[in-house]
Amino acid sequence: MSVMTQTVVLDAKIPPGPLEDKWDNHKASVKLVSPANKRKYTIIVVGTGLAGASAAASLAELGYNVLNFCIQDSPRRAHSVAAQGGINAAKNYQNDGDSVFRLFYDTIKGGDYRAREANVYRLAQLSVQIIDQAVAQGVPFAREYGGLLANRSFGGAQVSRTFYARGQTGQQLLLGAYSALMRQVDAGRVKLFPRREMLDLVVIDGRARGIICRNLVTGEIEAYAADAVCLATGGYSTVYFLSTNAVNSNATAIWRAYKKGAMFANPCFTQIHPTCLPESYQGQSKLTLMSESLRNDGRVWVPKKKGDTRPPNEIPEDERDYFLERRYPAFGNLVPRDIASRAAKAVCDAGYGVGATGRAVYLDFSDAIKRLGVDVIRERYGNLFAMYHEITGEDPYKVPMRIYPAPHYTMGGLWVDYNLMTTIPGLYALGEANFSDHGANRLGASALMQGLADGYFIIPVTIGDFLAEHRPDGLKTDHPAFKEAIRNVEDQIKRLLSINGKRTVREYWWELGRIMWDYVGMSRNAEGLKKAISDIRALREEYWKNVRVPGSAEDLNKSLELAGRVADFLELGELMAMDALDREESCGGHFREEYQTPDGEALRRDDLFCHVSVWEYKGEGNDPVRHKEPLVFEVVKPSQRSYK
Amino acid sequence: MKYHLRIWRQAGPDKPGRFEDYTVDNIEPDMSFLEMLDILNEQLIKEGKEPIAFDSDCREGICGMCGLVINGMAHGPRRLTTTCELRMRHFPDGATITVEPFRAEAFPIIKDLVVDRSALDRIIAAGGYISVNTGSAPDANAIPIPKHIAEEAMDAAACIGCGACVAACPNASAALFTAAKISHLALLPQGHPERERRVQRMVAQMDLEGFGNCSNHGECEAACPKGISILNIARMRREFLRAQVRGPVV
Repeated sequence: MSVMTQTVVLDAKIPPGPLEDKWDNHKASVKLVSPANKRKYTIIVVGTGLAGASAAASLAELGYNVLNFCIQDSPRRAHSVAAQGGINAAKNYQNDGDSVFRLFYDTIKGGDYRAREANVYRLAQLSVQIIDQAVAQGVPFAREYGGLLANRSFGGAQVSRTFYARGQTGQQLLLGAYSALMRQVDAGRVKLFPRREMLDLVVIDGRARGIICRNLVTGEIEAYAADAVCLATGGYSTVYFLSTNAVNSNATAIWRAYKKGAMFANPCFTQIHPTCLPESYQGQSKLTLMSESLRNDGRVWVPKKKGDTRPPNEIPEDERDYFLERRYPAFGNLVPRDIASRAAKAVCDAGYGVGATGRAVYLDFSDAIKRLGVDVIRERYGNLFAMYHEITGEDPYKVPMRIYPAPHYTMGGLWVDYNLMTTIPGLYALGEANFSDHGANRLGASALMQGLADGYFIIPVTIGDFLAEHRPDGLKTDHPAFKEAIRNVEDQIKRLLSINGKRTVREYWWELGRIMWDYVGMSRNAEGLKKAISDIRALREEYWKNVRVPGSAEDLNKSLELAGRVADFLELGELMAMDALDREESCGGHFREEYQTPDGEALRRDDLFCHVSVWEYKGEGNDPVRHKEPLVFEVVKPSQRSYK
Repeated sequence: MKYHLRIWRQAGPDKPGRFEDYTVDNIEPDMSFLEMLDILNEQLIKEGKEPIAFDSDCREGICGMCGLVINGMAHGPRRLTTTCELRMRHFPDGATITVEPFRAEAFPIIKDLVVDRSALDRIIAAGGYISVNTGSAPDANAIPIPKHIAEEAMDAAACIGCGACVAACPNASAALFTAAKISHLALLPQGHPERERRVQRMVAQMDLEGFGNCSNHGECEAACPKGISILNIARMRREFLRAQVRGPVV
């Protein structure tokens, strides 16, 4: 069933003026809330990762009342903590020709010309301040012997601009943001709500005014009112079941906001990360990422002979195919993630893969160890090597790692304008939860940069512009809109608990993940996407008849939490497939087999698809409507990406 | 592989707890301890029983959310390994494994193997930060920090806040957790302006939360999945003494 609706062109509210002046001009023109008035406003921030914690802390420093929610037992555990390799910044400390423009250009190109120029330029500008802020907080970045900050290279760049703290950069940056947040908790300006899951958004008179949460310990359904709501709840890679994301990462907050009117942009833009541990047994709950930084010193190869079962160290040099170096001599092992992933899939599809399943390639450090010595490699990657060793039982100092691509990051998310506001006034989306800066492929070490730019530097400026026009009105949660939202949430919980069918939530999640990986994964085609849509619909229908959710709603019930999330994945997965079907081109991580160059590279169709696809929910049983935000390139001319 | 499990079940904070016995089969050697529990839980749901509640999130040893006492050891028998990273190949086929929550007065049990560790957050809130508002930072290279100092600070900052140190300590002391943060910030020049206030407030909060005192057993360091050294506790004591000598600031 579908409803006829006029599609609209979305206005990103990009400020006028030359690219390099837009953010400064915008800051000079936004409305302000006076310091004495800020404390009269309440802002809800959902999520405590890099974007959420930095936003909550920075907004509280300005004087706003902040209510900050997370599903974990502590804000410090948000999944940003797992980012390994680093954070980009255009500091040009290495004197290797880096600049704000070059970081901007690399990001636009890396995203395959599907991101907004103005947003990306602002991101590159703010990158330098993020490093200053983090160092001032005590983030122990790697340093040179002279005491100054060290850098390394990442995929998609020919300069060294990545700052890092061993293989735990995300952890250290998150602990920096968390410490800033806890300082505000201590000061009484942030009220923290851990072990809470947002289950609905409350919209009153077309404006976001609060959220409904489930207290994950007591099961209580709680309502919170505010003057604005910021969602910083991360991405949705767990729709694939097996991904590098944390097992509790989910799409529920953004999905329920979508169903309340926040449009969803580019849902099919997902990043499959090339260097992860391959799937190897039934019952596996995640695919562990091995940082992209490993590609600085590791060389990717497969045997030249199909089905070669010799141990890697017995395969002579001239019988190895270093396929990334062969296909992309200019960037070699440091091509962007989408390209490296597809190349690995291609050699495995062709029968050259290694390991028990044939779905893996080697990442070999023997040359780097010969060149630099084992101590240097240990200093750079010691914790990653130890992690690999512990998981697989193999020592990567002696035998090459076996790696394969895995779902890792979602470039798609809630549509936001230049102010990070969604299509619901007063509702903002920050970090991975929005779609804004990475186009069709995110470069390594850019997620941390974007999450922190959004939280530390953008939202504190842009939210004031909205709040200045919307004075506090003393809204309480006894308003009928809250009561209705609570009732809806409670009804869904009751329904899930009452089905009492035969199959567990995880079984459905796993099955959905298979459909998504097979048909909406690294390469896609029209036939497969249509099959995915019908398979997901059938699975969803079965879910609501045959799922078994044990326990009660009145206490800690992890199965019930998961049941709500999987119900949402079963809808989101369909939208991802619809978007992938609708986008009849290949760009970045979205590879449609029908659209490729003769040598197998992504074939963009700028005449037809140089836009953001923005989906509007039209109610249960109706197809969503796809609107567009055209992408206008004033500074960088889109061309076919070449890393050769 | 097959395992017999004795697992602590407790319906709620004020309910009585007890060990219950379970058996799981067809476990792969590469499987993690938590994946083995996932399989047991699937089995329990199918049998119409309530699954075992346990916390976990990243499943790669960095978020600090998971934590079980396995055969009497916090995070199990492997050194430098969180529960989620622990692989079943380290347990012989047919073994009986005892699984309990992290036990401490300051970590009340919420349900089964899930405990409330929010006391650790409150210790950080009492001073585990450098007071720098967003936007007011000087250039990141303005203060050179010797590489070995930065590395030592990083060693302390690597703490994941899992609470294994508390669970392993006979006194249920949070000294290693608190000391790791105090050390991290005291080593860096950025942390110096607030060092006296920080150590006094954090130690006071630690005591207030009901954690025991440190009596140098060293169990914390042995259990720590990130290898945080008890030298940090010595540094915390020195910082504390230094703050006392320089006069109370709190």
